[in-house]
Parts: sequence; structure tokens; C-alpha cells
Amino acid sequence: MSLVIDSVAKKFERFPALKGVSLTVPKGCFMALLGPSGSGKTTLLRILGGLEFADLGHINFDGLDWLALPARERRAGFVFQQYALFRHMTVARNIAFGLNIRPRRTRPSRAEIARRVEELLALVQLDGLGKRYPSQLSGGQRQRVALARALAIEPRMLLLDEPFGALDAKVRKDLRHWLRGLHERLGLTTIFVTHDQDEALELADLVAVMNQGRIEQVATPSELRGAPASPFVADFLGQEPAGPGVVPLRTGSRSSPGPRGGESSFQAR
Amino acid sequence: MTGRPRAATEDHPLVKFALCAIAIGFIALFLVMPLATVFSEALAQGWRMAFDALAEPDALAAIRLTLIVAAIAVPCNMVFGLAASWAIAKFDFRGKNLLITLIDIPFSVSPVVAGLVYVLIFGLQGWLGQWLRDHDIKIVFALPGIVLATIFVTFPFVARELIPLMADQGRDEEEAAVSLGASGWSTFFRVTLPNVKWALLYGVLLCNARAMGEFGAVSVVSGHIRGLTNTMPLHVEVLYNDYQYVGAFAVASVLALLALVTLALKSLLEWQFAGEIAASHHH
Ligand SMILES: Nc1ncnc2c1ncn2[C@@H]1O[C@H](COP(=O)(O)OP(=O)(O)OP(=O)(O)O)[C@@H](O)[C@H]1O
Ligand SMILES: [Mg+2]
Repeated sequence: MSLVIDSVAKKFERFPALKGVSLTVPKGCFMALLGPSGSGKTTLLRILGGLEFADLGHINFDGLDWLALPARERRAGFVFQQYALFRHMTVARNIAFGLNIRPRRTRPSRAEIARRVEELLALVQLDGLGKRYPSQLSGGQRQRVALARALAIEPRMLLLDEPFGALDAKVRKDLRHWLRGLHERLGLTTIFVTHDQDEALELADLVAVMNQGRIEQVATPSELRGAPASPFVADFLGQEPAGPGVVPLRTGSRSSPGPRGGESSFQAR
Repeated sequence: MTGRPRAATEDHPLVKFALCAIAIGFIALFLVMPLATVFSEALAQGWRMAFDALAEPDALAAIRLTLIVAAIAVPCNMVFGLAASWAIAKFDFRGKNLLITLIDIPFSVSPVVAGLVYVLIFGLQGWLGQWLRDHDIKIVFALPGIVLATIFVTFPFVARELIPLMADQGRDEEEAAVSLGASGWSTFFRVTLPNVKWALLYGVLLCNARAMGEFGAVSVVSGHIRGLTNTMPLHVEVLYNDYQYVGAFAVASVLALLALVTLALKSLLEWQFAGEIAASHHH
């Protein structure tokens, strides 16, 4: 009952964006994908969302062959870095989109949809803003609309691509805690892309550190702080790399970046 | 600190005045004066004469033909323009740049050449001439030929309006729609199309204006049969060459009026929906 990513690889033209990524995300886990720009975080997330196609590998979610499902049938709540709100729709219509497009048989009644929208607006603390257009909102507000819109379809997992990337430090901090609280209330499996290590270490149950299309290490934040598995991880976290004589506590096979570099041994907190 | 706010980039008042004067002078000389002349010539011998000239059967036939041609050509190009710009802006495929170049051909090729090509293909001596005659299909010197030539000439207007906007908007919203469970169909009609509806309308208006005004290409394929294959611009020429100045200018006035209505419609839309149009360009 978890998300199992097995040796997923992806090339753009000739450029390998993912070189065999394996990762297990337990159900209800808040997983951060942390890595420098260009390390393949977005690519992996888009493959999970069905917006990009893997060349190789398998993904299993809840016993489903995830890659065989088209994006529209996955019900993966995707929150885009640039929000991607429907600019010609009000906030309320944005949130209701995933419900409004359902075939008549499975579509909730209009009253029911309106009620759900109100509920979601309250959940993301935007009560009363349903009639505005996205262009009339601040960045943080837009981000929360995008989240509410993704939650409206009762997603099976939540995929967030640098949700706070475009916001200032203060708003980032506030939203960060709010998001963690929301995650605890909803209990959804959440994968969260970021290149901000503070964000990842503070929020996540597990952090997967990516570099050049590979996963360097998967660990809890405290493990990661205490025992970076490779010089790259240590360097990226801004810590003293483990000296040549010092064998980091939890390296094992993971220090050699093979195709299965992301073997995940961990314990959720 | 009174008076109008002044832009930092503003030049010396004299320079500004000179630039404005040149612009206005140009517009008056090349746009307003000819237009005014058309109307004044049409009415030179009174409203009565002008209306009589328009009520003449050949003139009415020309007006009707022009409207029919536009009514066929404009929707065709709307569908084509939408499809082409959608494909170009939202998908990656081989030959994309070639397609973009091809769309511009009607802008760079002389309309007369376009007309001649159709005659070469569909005319009696043309490649398909014999076959068409055997099956009793008339294309050149008939409505189908005029429609084809008009479609060719007005083909880039909608696509040219849409491609930059669609490319600028990217695929983000479509991807969001799909991830929320939308089919390709509802993504197009609920997300893609509403996002470009003003540009589409604008392109359609321009396309329509050109479709009704096209002379060169249509002139080659029409055969100038009075009351049958003469569109309004062709009819204007025929009347003018016959020294029927009032008639020629009366029909020309109708054409000019149609253009002015198009322009007014466009301005009205822009003014009415300024906020929405701005919102569709940037978030
Ligand atoms: N559509 C594409 N075509 C070609 N190359 C691509 C495409 N998308 C991504 N790439 C390349 O794949 C690599 C990984 O990109 P990706 O977007 O996954 O990085 P990222 O880790 O999300 O980076 P960032 O933190 O900057 O968002 C990059 O080198 C990028 O240039
Ligand atoms: Mg990214």
C-alpha cells in the first residue's frame, strides 16, 4: 500500500534527465525531493502525474500499474510551480473544475459542488475570495487556490512542484507550517519538490536528495543531517563532507551512484 | 506639482508636437481623405442616385456573392487557423517550422499568382480540367473558385493572431486540466478556446474584412460575369471602367462601410472587455 518507483529513466532527446530512479514512498508519507536545479525533480514529479512519459521502469501505486494509467485517470493532485490557474475563470470555478468536467453520471449536483468549493476555500483560508479572478490574487493566495483545486478531485496523492518557489521568505515560512498541518489532517501521500534544504528538512518525513538524474540518498531529516551518504549530499546540505577516512554511518551501497542509487531504507517518524 | 503627469521618457514638447503632426498628417492624407472621397463621390448626385445604383440587380448580386463567399471562407479559415495554431503552440512534431512558414505564404505571394495557380489546376486547360468537365463540376469562373481563392488569401489571419498568444500561454493550463481529469475535448473547449477567444475574434474580423475586400486573386478566377461571378470589389472596377462613377463609388462605400463596422466592432470589444483581454495575456 505505497508508491513504489522502480528504475525509472527518462531522456529528453539525447539528454538523460533521469538515470534509473528507485524510490519507495510509504502511504501517508510526506516526501521531499531535494536537489539542485536540473537534477530531475520536476521530471520525476511529472512522470508521477502522467504529464511526462518514462522511457524505462515501473511505478506501482496501491497495486495499480501507475504508468499504464493516462494522466486524467490517475487522480494525482498536481500543484504546478507557476500555479497554472485557469485565468479566465473565477477562483470558485477554478476549484470546481475537476468536478464540473465529470460525466453527468458521476458529477455532484450544483449545490453539492458549491458546498465543496466553500469547504475547500475555508480549508485553504481564502473564504470570500471565490468570485475573484486569479489575476486579482497575491502569489501566496494563488498557490492556495491551486492546492484547493487539486484537492477538489479527492486525489490519491498530492504532487507539489516547488509550491512556494515564487514567494518571499516570510510567506514561505507561514505556508510551510500550514501545509504540514494540512498534510497531517488529510493524511495524503505527498511528494514535494524543492531546492530549499531548510524547507525539506523542516517539513518532510523523508527526504530524497537528487543529483543529475539520480537519487543520492533517502533518509529522514535527522539522519540526513547526521550522516550524509555522499560528498555531494554533504556539500549540498552545506555540511563538512565526511573526510576520506571517516565512513559515514549509513552509506552502504548507496554511496556508489548506480542505477539503483535510491534504495530506500528508512523509518518514517 | 500640478498638471498632467509627465512620463520620464517624454521628449521636448516641440519634438513631440512634430511627431504627432507627422503622424496625423500621414493618416489624414493616406487614410481619411481617400475614404472621405469615396463617400462624397458616391453622394455627388444625391442620396437617391446612390441608392438606385445599389438597388440595381448586378450590384445586389455582387453584394450577395461577396457575403456568401465570406460566409464560407471565414469559418473555414477559423477552423483551420485554430487547428494549426493549436498544433503549433501546444504540440511538438517534426516539420513544425515548415508549417509555420507555409502559413505565411499567402502574405508573401502575390494574390494574382494564387489565382493563376487555381486556374492552372482547375481551369479547362488545367490538370484537373478534363476530369472536372467530365463530371460537370465548375470551379473556375464560378463560386467554388472564388471561395478557394478567398480562402487562400485570408488563410493566415486567424492563425497569425493565435499562434503568438497560444505559444505565450504555454501548456500549463492544459496540463492542469488533464491532471484534474479533463478529456482532450473538454480541455480544448473549457481551457484552450476561452483563453484565446478575443484573439480569435479579432483574427476572424480581420479575415472577414480581407475576404470581402479581396480583389487580385478573385479577379483571376472569377471570369467577371456580371450578376453572376462579380464580387463587390470586381463590380466596383467594372462600373468604374464603364464611367458609372456614382455606381462605382456607391458600391465602394458599402465596402468601406463594412470595413468601418468591422473596425468599430473591434474597438467596442476591446473597450468593453479591456480587463478580460489584459488578463488573458498575463496572469
Ligand atoms: N522538455 C524538456 N526537453 C529537454 N530537456 C528537458 C526538458 N525538461 C527538462 N529537461 C532537462 O532535464 C533536466 C532535469 O530537468 P528538471 O526540470 O526535472 O529539473 P529540476 O530538478 O526540476 O530543476 P529546477 O530545480 O530548476 O526546477 C534538466 O537538465 C533539463 O534541462
Ligand atoms: Mg523543477
